Amino acid sequence: MARVLINFAHPALEKSRVHSQLLRVVKNIPGITFNDLYEQYPDLDVDVAREQKLLEQHDIIFMQHPFYWYSAPAIVKQWIDLVLEHGWAYGHTGKALQGKYFSNIITAGGAEQSYQPDGHHGHTVHEFLLPFIQTAKLCNMHYAAPFVIYGVHRQDISDIQEDTVQLKQVLERLRDDKFDLTPLPGLENLRQILQLPAQTR
Amino acid sequence: MDQHSLLFQSMVYLAAAIVFVPLAKKMGLGAVLGYLIAGIIIGPSLLGFIGREGEDIMHFAEFGVVMMLFLIGIELEPALLWRLRSSILGLGGLQVIISAAAIAGIAYLVGQPINTSLALGMILSLSSTAIVLQTLNEKGWMGTSAGQSAFSVLLFQDIAVIPMLAIFPLLAGNAAADAAPHSASLRDNLPGWAQTLVVLGAVAIIIIAGRYLVRPLMRIIARTRVRELFTATALLMVVGIAVLMNLVGLSSALGAFLGGVVLANSEYRHELESDIEPFKGLLLGLFFIAVGASIDFRLIMEQPWLIMGLVVGIMALKGIVLLLLGKIFRLSTDQNLLFAFALADIGEFAFVLLSFTSQTRLMSKEMTAMITAVVAISMALTPLIMLLYEKVIQPYYTRSEVKAEREADEINEKNPVIIAGFGRFGSMTGRFLRANGINATILDLDSDRVDALHNLGIKVYYGDASRYDLLVAAGAKDAKMLIIATDHAEQTLEIVRMAQRYFPHLQLLVRAENNEDTFELMDLGVLHIYRETVDTSLRVGVDALRMLGGRAYRSERAARTFFRQDERTLKGLSALRDDKKQYISSMKERIDEMEKLISSDRVKTWLDEGQGWDPESLRDEIRGEKIDEE
Repeated sequence: MARVLINFAHPALEKSRVHSQLLRVVKNIPGITFNDLYEQYPDLDVDVAREQKLLEQHDIIFMQHPFYWYSAPAIVKQWIDLVLEHGWAYGHTGKALQGKYFSNIITAGGAEQSYQPDGHHGHTVHEFLLPFIQTAKLCNMHYAAPFVIYGVHRQDISDIQEDTVQLKQVLERLRDDKFDLTPLPGLENLRQILQLPAQTR
Repeated sequence: MDQHSLLFQSMVYLAAAIVFVPLAKKMGLGAVLGYLIAGIIIGPSLLGFIGREGEDIMHFAEFGVVMMLFLIGIELEPALLWRLRSSILGLGGLQVIISAAAIAGIAYLVGQPINTSLALGMILSLSSTAIVLQTLNEKGWMGTSAGQSAFSVLLFQDIAVIPMLAIFPLLAGNAAADAAPHSASLRDNLPGWAQTLVVLGAVAIIIIAGRYLVRPLMRIIARTRVRELFTATALLMVVGIAVLMNLVGLSSALGAFLGGVVLANSEYRHELESDIEPFKGLLLGLFFIAVGASIDFRLIMEQPWLIMGLVVGIMALKGIVLLLLGKIFRLSTDQNLLFAFALADIGEFAFVLLSFTSQTRLMSKEMTAMITAVVAISMALTPLIMLLYEKVIQPYYTRSEVKAEREADEINEKNPVIIAGFGRFGSMTGRFLRANGINATILDLDSDRVDALHNLGIKVYYGDASRYDLLVAAGAKDAKMLIIATDHAEQTLEIVRMAQRYFPHLQLLVRAENNEDTFELMDLGVLHIYRETVDTSLRVGVDALRMLGGRAYRSERAARTFFRQDERTLKGLSALRDDKKQYISSMKERIDEMEKLISSDRVKTWLDEGQGWDPESLRDEIRGEKIDEE
């Protein structure tokens, strides 16, 4: 069993349609640790020791959040700044995260075609995620492909249904070691693993 | 006879002080010189308002010196005294011995008998504690290295008076021993070992009483909440020490100093200081006036050159000895000059010793009178010399060294923060500051609490922070900030007014009990007002929201938004209230105020409006585009 951690960040979940829907499922998958950052630290005072301990206890780490301004809500930056300490996460002696997998579960307002070189936003989500990718690399982690849900501004609740099911399946397969994890960094969207044949490591 | 009534005398002295001291200060001469001038003018030589009784008054006013040493002691941590031990013994000891030997030697060479020479040497080697310390304090030089050295020497001299008093009867020969002024003392009829025992016992009494008796006594007195009893207790303590010391034949100034040191760490320190301070000031003033009045100008006129020559000669000799010692003890040149200038005079103990020599016939009456004049003139010259130093010599030297040392001292002694009131409110603030390495001087009026906190090792001082002198004693002149956390609104307002008037540099952080207090504080122009229950009630609100299923982050933001809005509304109401002063008087109006506050509580609305996260408008816009496309 791979141990999966989801660090969730949404400053206004009470108004969110997509994430509240996702949470109903994600929160209740056995064997997956769900960590609600804004609920845990409403004053943004991240408990570094607690967060580092959680990271040490897991193999695959997700940051789940809306794709605000091509990035994440403020607490994610705060979390990165405080938790990924020099000498622990990176640097000569910083090997605590070595070999772990890191990724994002993202909801983006625009449609998939708007996140193309010729689209409205001019770049792919993957390109925008460069800071996360390089952060993972600096901390000796593999950056796996992000799980992206596009066009949430357009969608009705019913449209999210399918995304929710897929996310649940992806998380369960990762948890159950149904895949060789090494090709993950090569994918564009994490939901592609659902098309890969199941295989045991 | 009317002229000699107590009331008339008091009137003359007080009036002279009130006329001449401000004049002297205005002319930049300092208060000490002002008192001396006042004394000269009302003395027998000029106006003659006071006559021979000036000497009696001087003896009475010497008690001011005792009080001054008590106050010096109480401001002196025992640790500091210990640190000064080498300069007290080394510098002080050498100064007294060398100066006494040099003066005695010269006296012997000009034909005085050996006994008289020795007596003269001892008398003239001492400096004036009263004038020197008062002047150093006045000019703010106590913290400089010269000030510290001068203090050490003066302290040693006070101690040295005791053996001198013991040696004088020996110098005078047995015949005169009966006339010793301290013949009433307990010691005289005892053998040597018992005398030592009595002296040690007296010192032990002061230390033990200071440690274990004064605190419970002060607590009982404080509980009566009768202010003047406190003053009476403080006075009783100093007088009691003086009486005890006289009884065993020790210097009462020294005893008072010791008593002060014992109480230096006591929580009642600031209160005692501010109680004794005015008495000390008045008595010292009286003392200086008496010194001025005792200068016999008729005598001076008869032999002006001899007397002036003696004054200049003795002071020059002492000054040279002091300069040499300062050099050996590594004072920088400007500090060394200050040190020498300050201590070159002859002190008030000379009067005590002189009265003794004339009784024992060690010196002729004429000689005693002449030396008395010399001593008085040299004392009067001291503030002038210091003025010379300040105006002429000091400007020659860069003051950087002096400044640096003085600032360091201030940080050691005074804290940047004063907290008035250390109840459940102030204590939290105080603990928080302490945890962050900020020390605060704490004043509180609840003697039981002061006592309890003292037992926990926290330095809390008993005292009413609305008193000017107590704030000064707590270091308000040098502090940056005054946190007022007192329980009663009236007291709070009083402290605020006091601080605004006399210490306008202090930042005021003020606790307010309710909205009415807040309005009053706003009217006074206080910028930082803290309503005591607001934060807690909002925290209850936040937790309630969370327990009802609200998101933590939103609840906290809501509370902060609510708080800001509430403060804004309150300010608005305060402005409204200024228009009709009586606004908050009746119950109905208070309800009106509540209504206004509540009607502005639409937190939810603008919490949502002002939010950049997933705005509805963006969604509408995108949906609109989609419809257009289709």
